[in-house]
Amino acid sequence: MQLKRIGQQTIDLPSRPALCGNGSFVGKKEGEGPLGLRFDHVAKDELYGQESFELAERRLYLDAIDTAIKKAGLTPEEIQFLLGGDLLNQIITASFSARDLGIPFIGLYGACSTMSESLCLAGMLLDGGHAQQVVCAASSHFCTAERQYRFPLEFGSQRPPTAQWTVTGAGATVVTMEPKVQPLAHIARCCMGRVVDLGISDANNMGAAMAPAAADTLLSLFRDTGTGPEDYDRIITGDLGQVGHDLLMQLMREARVPLIDERYQDCGLMIYNREEQDVHAGGSGCGCSATVLNGFYLPKLQNGDLKRILFMSTGALMSPTSSQQGETIPGIAHAVVLESPLMGGKA
Amino acid sequence: MNKQRIHTDPQYYSRMTDKFSPPSKSGKCLFRAFWVGGLICVLGQAIADVGANLLKMSTRDASTLASITLVFLTAVLTGIGVFDKIGQYAGAGSFVPITGFANAMVSPALEFRREGLVLGLGAKLFTIAGPVLVYGIGTSVLVGMIYALFGL
Repeated sequence: MQLKRIGQQTIDLPSRPALCGNGSFVGKKEGEGPLGLRFDHVAKDELYGQESFELAERRLYLDAIDTAIKKAGLTPEEIQFLLGGDLLNQIITASFSARDLGIPFIGLYGACSTMSESLCLAGMLLDGGHAQQVVCAASSHFCTAERQYRFPLEFGSQRPPTAQWTVTGAGATVVTMEPKVQPLAHIARCCMGRVVDLGISDANNMGAAMAPAAADTLLSLFRDTGTGPEDYDRIITGDLGQVGHDLLMQLMREARVPLIDERYQDCGLMIYNREEQDVHAGGSGCGCSATVLNGFYLPKLQNGDLKRILFMSTGALMSPTSSQQGETIPGIAHAVVLESPLMGGKA
Repeated sequence: MNKQRIHTDPQYYSRMTDKFSPPSKSGKCLFRAFWVGGLICVLGQAIADVGANLLKMSTRDASTLASITLVFLTAVLTGIGVFDKIGQYAGAGSFVPITGFANAMVSPALEFRREGLVLGLGAKLFTIAGPVLVYGIGTSVLVGMIYALFGL
């Protein structure tokens, strides 16, 4: 059997699975940000009509998946796998949603890297002929993450300037081999990242903890495919925030593969007005890259504004326990290369 | 183009991180903490003076009145979602006075109510204030024993 790997870490997907339906549901604060109009729905408040924040996150998750499946012209019964995760202990948002949906479920935990992790796996499942249509989803909620990782909401503590704000939102994408509607994009390649830890232990500076993993995955993908930053219309990281963004630029400069400033964007820096909305270094959470990809970038690929992008969600793999025990924060980043359906031909 | 690797020396990266991480603006933070903290103390003193002069309380009772009133006000402000905003602005200014302690008790009570009265509220009530109480009371016991032994 012919191996589809290229180089050390990258996988080529010759059948170019299609991204066909996108759902992005966000909270109020995200709706007030610069991308507010791009999302499918903006919740009126943090509870989203539910009794608890956990239930609200699950509702956002289910609604994003429903919307994505509908837009792809499919029904849940036609979906063969749900690949999803979130930030809560035992990924309860994803697994409890899977209980309601009845779709065979592959639960993922990649911290904030879950969206691109699920797209990588979806691409491989489809290209390998193990499924025709799957749905990928990831979510986070400011209030559920805050109580699990930090302090109660009403506790009056001060955030340092390097801290990030967890995005309330869920994003879902249908990936299929048999598009029923005009595809949004195609997955060309994916690169599963290594876990990299350069000794950052400050949970209030996750951008710094994740930037080395992001650089490592980028360099691997470039090396494996013989491409460089100039070959992509956009290189998009998930939630490095201002500190991680600057550190990634510096790491790539030092590795002599400098990123092109105007083509490199971070979802965490796009989703809020950082000054007015008081979010310090930017947004974070699974929902950050999931909603920005589905709400903002996929439509731009569909209409041809962008031809080829490198989308890479980044995750910080610590837990409250590991932080309390003084462990450093391992980072991870998975990358997918997405191409516009208007590009024609193959890369 | 052949040396495409990142530096993997944690010390080197730590220095680099420090360079790119904006520090807290200590001048601004100090000023905010100073005026808010000072204002809370002035308020406490005013309540104590009202107690002592108008209500003819003993000094001890008057200062208890000040503490109780500040704790009550903080609890209300925490409950209506205002105190965390004051805390974000003032930092230690609102945290160091007794207001910080009240907030540290009320905020987990609100937060974990959903998990029930026993395993939620009951178990999590002291998650923030707990360490202060344990070591505060522990230290006072120790000091008390020294005091009793040596009869200072």
